Amino acid sequence: MTKNRLLWPALALVALLLVNVVVTPSFFALRMQDGALFGSLVDILRNGAPTLLIALGMTLVIATRGIDLSVGAVAAIAGAVTCTHIASGGNAWVGMGLALVLCAVLGLWNGFLVSVLGIQPIIATLVLMTAGRGIAMLITEGQIITVNSDSYRQVGAGFVVLPIAILISLAVLGLVALTTRKTALGMLIESVGVNPEASRLAGVRARTIIWTVYVFAALCAGIAGLMISSNVSAADANSAGLWIEMDAILAVVIGGTSLAGGRYSLTGTLLGALIIQTLTTTVYTAGIAPEITLVFKAVVVIAVCLLQAPVRIRVRRGVALR
Amino acid sequence: MTATTTAPPVGGPTTGTTRKPGGVPTRFLPVIATFVVFVATFGVGSVRYEGFASGQVVANLFIDNAFLIVLAVGMTFVILTGGIDLSVGSVVALSTMIAAAMLRSGWPAWLTVLAVLAAGSVLGLAMGWVIHRFGVQPFIVTLAGMFLARGLCFVISVESVSIKDATFRDLATGTVELPGGVTITYGVVIALAAVLAAVYVLHLTRFGRTVYAVGGSESSARLMGLATGRVKIGVYVISGFCSALAGLLFSLYMLSGYSLHAVGMELDAIAAVVVGGSLLSGGVGFVIGSVVGVLVLGTIQTLISFEGTLSSWWTKIVIGALLLAFIVLQRVIVRRT
Repeated sequence: MTKNRLLWPALALVALLLVNVVVTPSFFALRMQDGALFGSLVDILRNGAPTLLIALGMTLVIATRGIDLSVGAVAAIAGAVTCTHIASGGNAWVGMGLALVLCAVLGLWNGFLVSVLGIQPIIATLVLMTAGRGIAMLITEGQIITVNSDSYRQVGAGFVVLPIAILISLAVLGLVALTTRKTALGMLIESVGVNPEASRLAGVRARTIIWTVYVFAALCAGIAGLMISSNVSAADANSAGLWIEMDAILAVVIGGTSLAGGRYSLTGTLLGALIIQTLTTTVYTAGIAPEITLVFKAVVVIAVCLLQAPVRIRVRRGVALR
Repeated sequence: MTATTTAPPVGGPTTGTTRKPGGVPTRFLPVIATFVVFVATFGVGSVRYEGFASGQVVANLFIDNAFLIVLAVGMTFVILTGGIDLSVGSVVALSTMIAAAMLRSGWPAWLTVLAVLAAGSVLGLAMGWVIHRFGVQPFIVTLAGMFLARGLCFVISVESVSIKDATFRDLATGTVELPGGVTITYGVVIALAAVLAAVYVLHLTRFGRTVYAVGGSESSARLMGLATGRVKIGVYVISGFCSALAGLLFSLYMLSGYSLHAVGMELDAIAAVVVGGSLLSGGVGFVIGSVVGVLVLGTIQTLISFEGTLSSWWTKIVIGALLLAFIVLQRVIVRRT
C-alpha cells in the first residue's frame, strides 16, 4: 500500500532527472573542491533544504488533520530576529537561539488557537500568516538588514563535504522518522488525525499532541528561515520564505499524505520536496524563462493529485452511499 | 411539557437559529459586530483627523476597494459551500495581463472584456470540475490554479503593459456625480451591481439555497436530492468570473497589466469574508458582511495613510488582530448555540 502510493511520485522524480540528463549530459557530474562536493544534484539538495525542512513540520501538522499557513511568516521572523541581533553587535549563536525560542512561542500560539480554542487550523494560522510578516517588518523596521558574520553564514551556505543546510534537514528527517516510527508517537499523531475526540476518549492526549506538532512545525520553519537568511547574509521581511508554505504543502501532498489527516509518509514528503526543487532546476537548465516554473508546478500538482485521487474517491463514495 | 400546538415565537426564524426574546437572531450577530467595528474604526478616524468623516472619504473607500469587493463577493459563495479559492489574486493579475495584451494588439474593448470574463469563468469551471469529479481538496486544486494563472501571466509578458485604449481610459477616468458633491467611479457602480446580483442569487434563487445547504451538510443536501455537484462547480465558476471582473476593475484602477499585480490579494479577500462573519466551515455568512469586511480593511488602510507613517506593517498586524478577534467572537457564538 505504502509502496504503491510512493510509486507515482518516485516515477515523476526519475522522469524529471532523466529529462535533465537529456538536456544537460553533465547533470549527474559531481566534483570535489576544497573538501566540498559541487554539482547540480548538490545544488538541488541545498536549495531544497528549507522547503524539505518546512515540509517535514507540515507533514506532522497535516497528519493531525491540520494545516499551517504561517510557516513562511515564521521563517521571515526568524531571519529578522537573528539579523537584527547580529547587526546590533550580538553573537550569531545567541541570535539564532533567540529566534528559535521566539518561533517556539509562535508555534505555541498556533497550537493554542487550534487545540484549546478549537479554531479551524487554516484560519487560526491565517492570523499569524497575515500578522507575521508585519511583525517581521516591525523587527527590521522595514529595512533589509544585511549582516557580516562567518558563523551565521555557515548555516545556509557552509559545507562539510555536503552543504550544511541539507545535513541539518536530513538530520531532522532522521530524528522525526526515529521518534515517530520507533515509538508510538507516529501512531498517536495518526489517531488524532483520524478522530481527535475518539483518541481523547481512548486516553490519547490529543491536545498535547496537536500542540506539539504546531510547535515542531514552527521550529522547522524557524530553522529554515535561518538557512534562507544566512544564505544571502540578509533578512528581508517582505520576501524571505514567501510562498514557501505553499511549496511545503505541495511537497506533502505530492508525497501522498492526505490533507484529510490520519496518515502520512515522511519518505513521500522527501520525494515531494525533491520533485519540486528538481522541477525548478529543470526549468532553469532547460533554458525556459524561470518565471514559467509556476505553470509547470501547477501541471505537476494536478497530474499527481489526479493520479492519486480516483481510486480513493471510488472507495469513499461506495462507503458513503451504503 | 406537552409539545403540542405551541405557536412559534412571533416573527421567529424558521431555519434553526436561536434567538432571545426581543433579540436578534445569532446568525446576524457577526455581521452586526463587523458593522460596529466599521463604525468604530471610522469614528476613531473622524475624531483624530479633520476632514476624515466626509462623504468623499467614504466614496474613496469604495473607489479604492471596488475590485476587492467583487473578489470578496465571489469568495463568499465558495466559502459558504465550505470550500476555498486561493487562485483569485493570480486570476486578477492574469485578467489585467490579458486585457492589456489584447488592447495593445488592437482588439476592441468589448471583445477584450468578454474574453477576460470568459477566461476567468473557464478557469473556475476547470477547478470546480476537478474538485467535484475527483474529490481533490479545494485548497490544493485552487493552489494549482494560483500557480497556473500567475505562471500564465509571465508567459504573456514579464514586463508591465500599460493600457492606452480610449474606451478603457474613459471608463477609468469617468466619474458619477452623487448628491452632495461626492463623486464615484464607474468601477464602484459595477462593484455594487455585482453585490446586488450576488444577494439576489444567494437569497432568492434555488441555486442560492443549495449553496447554503451544501455548506451546512453536503451529504444531507445530496440525500435531499439537491444538485450538489452542479452547485459546487457553480460557485467556483462564480468566483472565477468575479476574479476576472475584479481584474478588469483593477486594470481600470491601475491602467496597466502586470504579472505581479494583486500578489496576496486572495488573503485580503479571505480576511474580508471572515471579518464579515462567514464561517470557513461553510453554511454561515452573508455577502453584505463581506462587503462591510472589505470596508473595515479599507478603513484601516485609510487610517494608516492619514497617520502618514507609511508603515505598512501596522496594517498587516492590525488586520491579523482583527481576524483573530472575529474568529474568537464566532467561536463564542457557535458554542452558545
